[in-house]
Amino acid sequence: MSRQIDYRTAIREALAEEIERDPNVFIIGEEVAQYNGAYKVTQGLWAKYGDKRVIDAPISEAGFIGMGVGASMLGLRPVMELMFWSFAYVAFDQMINNAATVRYMSGGLLHCPIVVRGPANGGTNVGATHSHTPENLFGNMPGLKVVCPATAYDAKGLMKTAIRDNDPVYVMENTKLYGELWDVPEGEYTIPLGVADVKRSGSDLTLVAHGRAVITCLKAAELLEAEHDIKAEVVDLRSIRPLDEETVLESVRKTHRVVVVEENKPFCGVGAQITAMIQEKAFDDLDAPVARVSAIDAPAIYSPRLEEVQLPRPMDVVKKALSIC
Amino acid sequence: MSAILKNESGTGAQFAREAINQSLEASDKVRFLRDMVRIRNFEERSNKAYSQGRIGGFLHLYIGQESVAVSAASLLGPNDHMITAYRDHGHALAVGMSMNECMAELYGKATGCSKGKGGSMHYFAPDKNFWGGHGIVGGQTPLGLGIAFALKYQGKTGCCLCFLGDGAVNQGAFHESLNLASLWDIPVIYVIENNGYSMGTSQERSSAYPDFLAKRAEGYNMAWDAFNGWDVYELRAGFHRAMQRAHNESRPTIVEVATYRYRGHSVADANSKVYRTKEEIEQHENLFDPITRWKNTLLEEGVITEEDYRQLNREALQEAEASAQFAEQSPWPAEADITADVYHEVDHQTESGLTGKHFFND
Ligand SMILES: Cc1ncc(C[n+]2csc(CCOP(=O)(O)OP(=O)(O)O)c2C)c(N)n1
Ligand SMILES: [Mg+2]
Repeated sequence: MSRQIDYRTAIREALAEEIERDPNVFIIGEEVAQYNGAYKVTQGLWAKYGDKRVIDAPISEAGFIGMGVGASMLGLRPVMELMFWSFAYVAFDQMINNAATVRYMSGGLLHCPIVVRGPANGGTNVGATHSHTPENLFGNMPGLKVVCPATAYDAKGLMKTAIRDNDPVYVMENTKLYGELWDVPEGEYTIPLGVADVKRSGSDLTLVAHGRAVITCLKAAELLEAEHDIKAEVVDLRSIRPLDEETVLESVRKTHRVVVVEENKPFCGVGAQITAMIQEKAFDDLDAPVARVSAIDAPAIYSPRLEEVQLPRPMDVVKKALSIC
Repeated sequence: MSAILKNESGTGAQFAREAINQSLEASDKVRFLRDMVRIRNFEERSNKAYSQGRIGGFLHLYIGQESVAVSAASLLGPNDHMITAYRDHGHALAVGMSMNECMAELYGKATGCSKGKGGSMHYFAPDKNFWGGHGIVGGQTPLGLGIAFALKYQGKTGCCLCFLGDGAVNQGAFHESLNLASLWDIPVIYVIENNGYSMGTSQERSSAYPDFLAKRAEGYNMAWDAFNGWDVYELRAGFHRAMQRAHNESRPTIVEVATYRYRGHSVADANSKVYRTKEEIEQHENLFDPITRWKNTLLEEGVITEEDYRQLNREALQEAEASAQFAEQSPWPAEADITADVYHEVDHQTESGLTGKHFFND
């Protein structure tokens, strides 16, 4: 049965289904229970599943996320909500020094099946402290997995997989996508981590993106086709680490031209990694240098008028595409 | 200033009469002595290996504090757990890890407890309810909370003893953990091993506090206790009280133990006799050495003879020597091992582990 639900509801369904499936799954976060979630992702879950499974935490990210890491070492599967991923920075030590490394430093004696999730995006005029996109930072850490779903369908399937995975998985959502409606089938499905998705096929140019930049690319692809007769393929990475290099390379071998698009910052961002990978592995297939469109390299600006400019817009992607086509 | 509490709350004999100590068999008492002696011999041998260039990085010796880990470990039931910081050799041996695996870890060998991937500061033995060995000061405090949280979630009657130093009490993560522990009735026991110094900084120079660091518990509506760290009876009695509170009421406790490290912060600490006086160190070694005191207690009780003690020492020395030989002769990890034990799913070759690129080496 096909139906449309929004991204936020899709995540909520994933959480509810996993809570019902596995007694070890529980949610902790600020305002997740009685307040129904700062962004209403967890709406209704506390009423339905109660105090044991949906727990309001004080404002104490290092404390409760570190606690989740410890609990996961004993086999629980905590799903920790960050009100914003920007607040992960006060819990960095727990999320990196502990979650990412205890398996390694114990020589594989233990593992941490924890999920940390929440929105990680700019574009909502909340200033630099609330607009970080740390997928590159956490993706840089061996031991961690990072996913950035762009659609409701992907968000649900990836979230369920993340909860079942035996390693720490950090799921980065997007408040600007929470209300977007997408086709999501009724019933159970999962999406593996590390598998990219071709969201639109084309023959002239590849646009590689993740998170909301995928939506930007889909719009840009329409413009390119309508106004310039350029058929762009849009590859959605979905998962940053593990990474599906093959789907990207396959597209590049077909189109010979690439623009890598991201809301991440350009310096050592995800796009930089993808670009290096393409030049290394598909150099002979390229008819033009790999081009990039990232957020303008400055802290996220507050000014609503200008923040729109700071993040990649469809017209920025079109312009960059035309420069290499 | 030394860390000596001069606790007036009881005498050794009084603590010996407590039920938890009355129930001890002579063999238990000898085992505690043996464990302390083994830890000391292990560390003396590792110190030698360090000076011979056999061990990399840091080596934080626990010498002088052995009674704390041994007494705590002696009380662990099947659902009681331990986690500590980087000064972890004593805790590891006390919970039953072998000298061989611990020494080999120091040497960075494949036979080490962490296959040579963790080193001195990162020993683990989940099968013995020992969860590390953590290098970031205070970083283990939320983990200890989480272990205790998991026990409660699973409906088990148990607790987690989470050890930290007197320097770690000023870390934010510790305070966050205290608040959560009390707020959520989590059966965690924070054990401040107060050896008077964090590296070269005395507790007076690092902490604002009235008389006991553990008193900070009051701010979190939490119970606290403080006791001397050189007497096994006193330690067992004190830990037992906190563990009872955890088991019966699911309430946390901060316990502060007065102890002392004889050596430098790490073996590489060149200043260990600069920030404190020689007399201070000697005072502790001569009057408050936990091994000597426990030995004397057992001699007085007629549980051992001087010859028994010499024999224990000889055996521990031999065991430590053999562990160094074992480590010496053990193989290095293979180069391919560098990327093993990073992801559970990759190690187990699951579908998840075989999907997508996890490592970016080529
Ligand atoms: C976050 C952090 N800061 C600094 C250090 C360096 N460091 C390691 S141990 C230590 C002193 C800690 O002293 P204490 O907590 O009293 O424990 P002790 O060494 O006495 O056992 C310092 C500063 C560290 N490992 N982690
Ligand atoms: Mg100290």
